[in-house]
Order: sequence, then structure tokens, then C-alpha cells
Amino acid sequence: MRAAYSVLCVDILLAWRLGSISLVLAFLFIALTLVPFGVGPELALLKRLAPGLLWVVIILALLLSLDRLFQSDAEDGGFDQLMLSSQPLELLVLAKLVAHFIAIILPLSLVLPIAGFLVNIDIAALFPLVVSVLVAGPALCALGAIGSALAVSVRRAGLLTALIVMPLYVPVLVFGANSAQMALLGGGIALDAILVLAAMSLAAMLLAPLAISAALRGLAS
Amino acid sequence: MTDKSAYTYVQLDVHQLGVRRGGVMVISNLSFTVKAQAALMVSGPNGVGKTSLLRALSGLLECETGVAKLGQENLATNMLHYVGHGEGLKGQLTITENLNFMFDLLGEPDEERPNIDGLLSKIGLLQQRNQMASDLSAGQKRRAAMARLFMVPRQVWLLDEPFTALDLGGRVWLSEAVRAHCQAGGIVVAASHEPLDFATQYLTLEAGV
Repeated sequence: MRAAYSVLCVDILLAWRLGSISLVLAFLFIALTLVPFGVGPELALLKRLAPGLLWVVIILALLLSLDRLFQSDAEDGGFDQLMLSSQPLELLVLAKLVAHFIAIILPLSLVLPIAGFLVNIDIAALFPLVVSVLVAGPALCALGAIGSALAVSVRRAGLLTALIVMPLYVPVLVFGANSAQMALLGGGIALDAILVLAAMSLAAMLLAPLAISAALRGLAS
Repeated sequence: MTDKSAYTYVQLDVHQLGVRRGGVMVISNLSFTVKAQAALMVSGPNGVGKTSLLRALSGLLECETGVAKLGQENLATNMLHYVGHGEGLKGQLTITENLNFMFDLLGEPDEERPNIDGLLSKIGLLQQRNQMASDLSAGQKRRAAMARLFMVPRQVWLLDEPFTALDLGGRVWLSEAVRAHCQAGGIVVAASHEPLDFATQYLTLEAGV
């Protein structure tokens, strides 16, 4: 268990020192700033678009953080060490996913209230939005990591990762944006959509480590 | 590192090993024995499968055929140390942090954790203890990667091009470490193009064998 805990801590520390989160947040804010220029400063329109827009921009911002997820381990021989560990590779991969959630998704969802004001989000939709991102976060990490692991042997894999991951993100986006949009119609928090997201997250966190480990083992041989 | 408990003297038997890499059998039907307390040097032209052999023995590569036995037991990852081309150091961690992480991954009980400063002086990097790994020279990284050999005693050392990037002092230091390891009953398999002065046994791989 200590090996997995150590991977978790080291990955969070590395993400912090490499400034991965600042890149993601900078992209989020810049993209949202551009929106009013594109669609016009009509507040009512922005308010209606805000939850969906935020969700799309969050997903695009996350893609930026994915290509480094396994790349550095592949380059410096870190995978050999993970595979030679006495712990199962799946457990260590799960630790990396949790680290990515803590290092990227958590701070991202914390700044959403501020980011939301750039697109005039309804206060009523804010809380459901943050909850939906937090609940869907593990699924976003896990699905993204699958794409990242599959593309890891390719140099400059960012674009390829995005192509693999984006279709996988569609179901999460549908339910995530929907749950936040419902709040605008006065429904409060859309519990059924949140539950579906939770189910996706649980399933993805359970299955993705198996898929990722298989991809990484294939890479080694 | 502190308790150099002598190992039981056994030999390493590799029997009819076959390894496939990228759809091609790079090694087929390879059998050899490394005697107890011996250091085997594996040589041969580029692409003949030296690295594949070491990776197969370490368990990183799956063997198509064959088996490696240490004494009566099948060779398992917790009996060996593998130091390959990639150092596996995290550039944005200090050397001390890197070594602690290395130890955690090895998965030994926490009580066995060696004194990291003692380890650093053994590998000659005590001065650099708080430097980021990315700031080290290639030879220093190599020394840091070798630190695992002294962290946890394991009987079999698999070294891929151990002298690469090491300076003269580093080579003498490594040779002495290997000799001491063999003395205690350890076994070393090293792939190299350069002559290794610690080798006591030799194996030359030839293309198409």
C-alpha cells in the first residue's frame, strides 16, 4: 500500500512543481474570456449558455493536462520501476489517477465560481455545476488517462490523445452539462443525472486501471 | 545496505529462453548458467538482444519460452535489481526525494528503509542531496539509479551497460560494489560493449542464434 501512497504523493508534488494546474486554469480563463467576444455581450444569452459552455471548456482544458500524464514516465524509465514494484501495476495506476484528480480537477472545480462570472452564470446553476464536475471528475481522469496511455509511445502525443479521448468524453459531457442546465429551469440539482455521473466515475475508476496497465505492459514489450 | 546478510550460494539457470520483441524472436533457445558468486558479462553486436535478455530476466518482457531459475525457485522480481538505460529519476524531485520514492516502490517494509544520507555518501552524491535530479550530469544520474542496489539486498543484479557515463572513479566504485556483492553470494548479469573488469564469466550472443 505504501508504494501506491508514495506514487500518489509524488505525482501531486510533480504536478505542483511542473505547474500543470496553472496551464489548465490559464486556458480555462482565456477561453471563457473569448466567449463574450464571439457570441456578443448579451447577458441573457450568456446566462443560458453558461453551464454548457463551462463544461465544454473544462473538458478542453483537461485535455491539456493529459499528454504529460504518462509521457514523462515513459521517457525516463519510470514505468520500468512501476512494473518492477512488488505492488500490482493496476494499483499504482489507480494512485496516479487519484493524484491527477486531486492535482487538477479539485482546483479546477474550486475556481469555477469565479470563472462562471466571465460568462454570467446564474447563481442557482453554480452549485450544481461544481457538484457535477466533482462527481464526473474521476470519470474524466480515468477516460483521459486511457487515451494518454494508448498514445504514450508517440512523440508529441497531445493531439492524438485528444482525438482518442474526446469521443469517450461525450456521455460524461451530456450528463454533466445537462445536470447543470436543469438548475436553470428551476429544478435545483438534477439528482438522476448526478447519479449517472457517479456511476460512470465508479465504473471508469475501476476499469480504467486495467486498460491502462494492459496498454503500458504492451508498451514495455 | 547495513545488513549484508550473505545469500545462500545458488546458481542462476536459464533454460531455453525465447523472447519476442516487435514481432521478431530476438532470442530463441538460449540456455546458460551463471555460477554462484559469479558476474556474467553478456556481449555481442547491437540489436542482438542483450537488453531484451536482461529485461526478460527481470520480468519486464514476457518470455515466449523457457524459464530462469535461481537455485530451485523461479526468478521473481523481488529477488533482483534491474538498472537499465532509463534512470527512472523524476527531474523535478530532489535526489533525496527520488531515493525515498525508489525505496517505496521496491515495496520493502518501512523499517528496512536505509539511512538516505548514508546511501548518498556511498554513491558519492551527498553534496547534491537537495538538488533537482534534472540538474545532475548523466554520470551522477547513473550513480543515483545505482542507489537501489544498496537500498535493499537482493541476490541478482541485472545491469544494462553499467559503465555508461560513469567516470573512472565511478567505474572503480561500481566494480568494487559488484565484487563485494558476489563475495556475499550474489549474482550479477551485466550487458556491455566495454570490457568489465569485474566479470568472471562471459557470454557472447550472436545474431541468429
